[in-house]
Amino acid sequence: MIKFTNILAAAFVSLVMAWGAAPALAQTPTDTSAPPIPEVQQQPWSFAGIFGRYDRNQLRRGFQVFQNVCSSCHSAKLLSFRNLQDEGGPAYSAAQVKALAATFQISDPTAQGGKRAGLPSDHWPSPFATEQDARAANGGALPPDWSVLAKARGQERPFPQWLFDFFTTYQEGGPDYIYALLNGYKSAPPGFTVPQGKFYNTYFPGHAIGMPPPLTDGRVKYAAGPDGQKVPETVDQYARDVAAFMAWLSEPGLDGRKEAGFRVIAFLLLFAVILWLAKRRIWENVEH
Amino acid sequence: MADHQGSYTTERGFIGWWDQRLPIIRGTRELILNYPTPKNLSYWWTFGSILGAMLIIQIVTGLALSMHYTPNAQLAFDSVELIKRDVNGGRLIQAVHSVGASMFFLALYIHLARGMYYGSFKAPREALWLLGCLIFVLSIATAFFGYVLPWGQMSYWAATVITNIFAAIPVIGDPLLQWLRGGFAVDNPTLNRFFSLHYLLPFVIGAIVVLHIWALHIPGNNNPTGVEVKSGRDTVPFHPYYLVKDLFAVVVFLIPFAWVAFFAPDILGHADNYIPADPLVTPPEIVPEWYFLPYYAILRAIDFPIWFIDSKLLGVIVFGAAIVVLFFVPWLDRARTRSGRYRPAFRIVFWIFVLDFLMLMYLGSKPPEGIYVVLAKIGVLYYFVYFLIILPLLSRYETPRPLPASISESVLRPARS
Repeated sequence: MIKFTNILAAAFVSLVMAWGAAPALAQTPTDTSAPPIPEVQQQPWSFAGIFGRYDRNQLRRGFQVFQNVCSSCHSAKLLSFRNLQDEGGPAYSAAQVKALAATFQISDPTAQGGKRAGLPSDHWPSPFATEQDARAANGGALPPDWSVLAKARGQERPFPQWLFDFFTTYQEGGPDYIYALLNGYKSAPPGFTVPQGKFYNTYFPGHAIGMPPPLTDGRVKYAAGPDGQKVPETVDQYARDVAAFMAWLSEPGLDGRKEAGFRVIAFLLLFAVILWLAKRRIWENVEH
Repeated sequence: MADHQGSYTTERGFIGWWDQRLPIIRGTRELILNYPTPKNLSYWWTFGSILGAMLIIQIVTGLALSMHYTPNAQLAFDSVELIKRDVNGGRLIQAVHSVGASMFFLALYIHLARGMYYGSFKAPREALWLLGCLIFVLSIATAFFGYVLPWGQMSYWAATVITNIFAAIPVIGDPLLQWLRGGFAVDNPTLNRFFSLHYLLPFVIGAIVVLHIWALHIPGNNNPTGVEVKSGRDTVPFHPYYLVKDLFAVVVFLIPFAWVAFFAPDILGHADNYIPADPLVTPPEIVPEWYFLPYYAILRAIDFPIWFIDSKLLGVIVFGAAIVVLFFVPWLDRARTRSGRYRPAFRIVFWIFVLDFLMLMYLGSKPPEGIYVVLAKIGVLYYFVYFLIILPLLSRYETPRPLPASISESVLRPARS
């Protein structure tokens, strides 16, 4: 009887939730002039799912886009140069990172003249000294810091998707959104006026974004791979690569976390079997 | 002295020497290992042990985190990120702690529901129930304080919304609010005291858990039949029977826990909490963690005044009453039959109550508009009708099914249920 009620309960809950999920019933239209924001499409990421790992070459390409384009406005305060040599990350060699860091001038009040060449232990220097400077240079808008931005843009998913997400371990809503946003610059539909200094973007809440379209085809030159194959130098590819880089930036320890997960769950499964056998043996002679 | 000896035969050697001075080993054996436990407990009864394990995990991971965390409004957000990035194993410790809070509440709600269904709060177990309710309230407070510590947008605005509850109290509301926050708005002093309380309360919970277990061991366990233990035939010693069974249940419970903590550690959190706290920007939606959603829905469902009580104060009163009413359950449900298994009508209203709770949980995550508000009001109504009207009336008018004469009898000839 309890089992039956359980099933009944589950059915009722799903019914209520499916009903609640029907947006037509619940959401009153807020602004009829602004076109609705389309659903962010799920992209195939190399780091999705329990077996997912970052693609080192993609992270390097994404870093290139960040360094050459995005970092002129966006900071990444929690990124140290040394992180770029991490295994499971872009994995540059120690010499490469040292050379890269040395090309930056770091403010250091203890150094002669207040500046010195960067070291691998230094944090990525921010493009603007203060928030006010950043806003002044960007028409009043603040380019958000990149350190955990990919996680801060995670997407809320309707029922029953969020339930399935526990099994597929979908955590890539942020990169999905960033990829969609970077490809979302379109001309405004008739009837929609874009405020001065803003740009129309399909995926940005309210559609008027302060960031000008940052990427254009061919803007960043990718090196050819060892087999001579070239990755396309298109906005689509740049967006994909930089979103992957941002995902790594917000979750650099992904590999180690998942590896530990496999070991822990394998141990727990084995331990559970042993305990179940022990429990069965102990309870063998008890009527219960 | 002789009557303190019990059935225990004095050990020789060091243990005997020690037990004569402080009988802690003997006490453990008599009170815990040999504790007579009904032999028919189902797996619903393992959640007590699971909760004990969860509390230990939270305290151990929390201790490690507190060694690296900085409770300062300027530094807190980055310090949590630095724990994840630069502390050895920090990503895992933080993930286990934040997912652990969710798993703790999952187990806690199941444990509570089990107590309600099988009438584990009825005489002579009222003290056990009251202490359990107290642990629930303290856990809510602890989890709330902990949620504020990463100092993201959701942390900040949750702290603002929840402390604002006290401003609804007439006359003393505003001064009380300022006293609680340590200022006119949530800021560094608030973060500091929340950190202090978040560190303190788990140990208070630990102490009450000891009393809770003590209050369990005086009357002994309830069981799925609700029939009291009649003879030694009805029980088995806790060790090894339930020690191994509970350990098995704990390990099984840890598997989904580990799955989420290691493979999707951010899935239970809100994306906005990765935006550092900003007093000037209100997030589009302020949503608490999933385990507070039913009570959040209750708080928001009351959007109308009654007499001289304005809607805000009324919402707070109803919200508080929703938790306080739990303490009175032993005196609301006076049915002589403990177990819901033998109460046909109770069983139906109980499962509707569970569905109602889940519905409120869902509604708490939705914006307070349209059909959601109507459903939330129905949900709140049933919540209170269940406790205040249905339970007292059912205990008068319901005819329970015949009970088995003893636990052993029910085991040998299971009732069709």
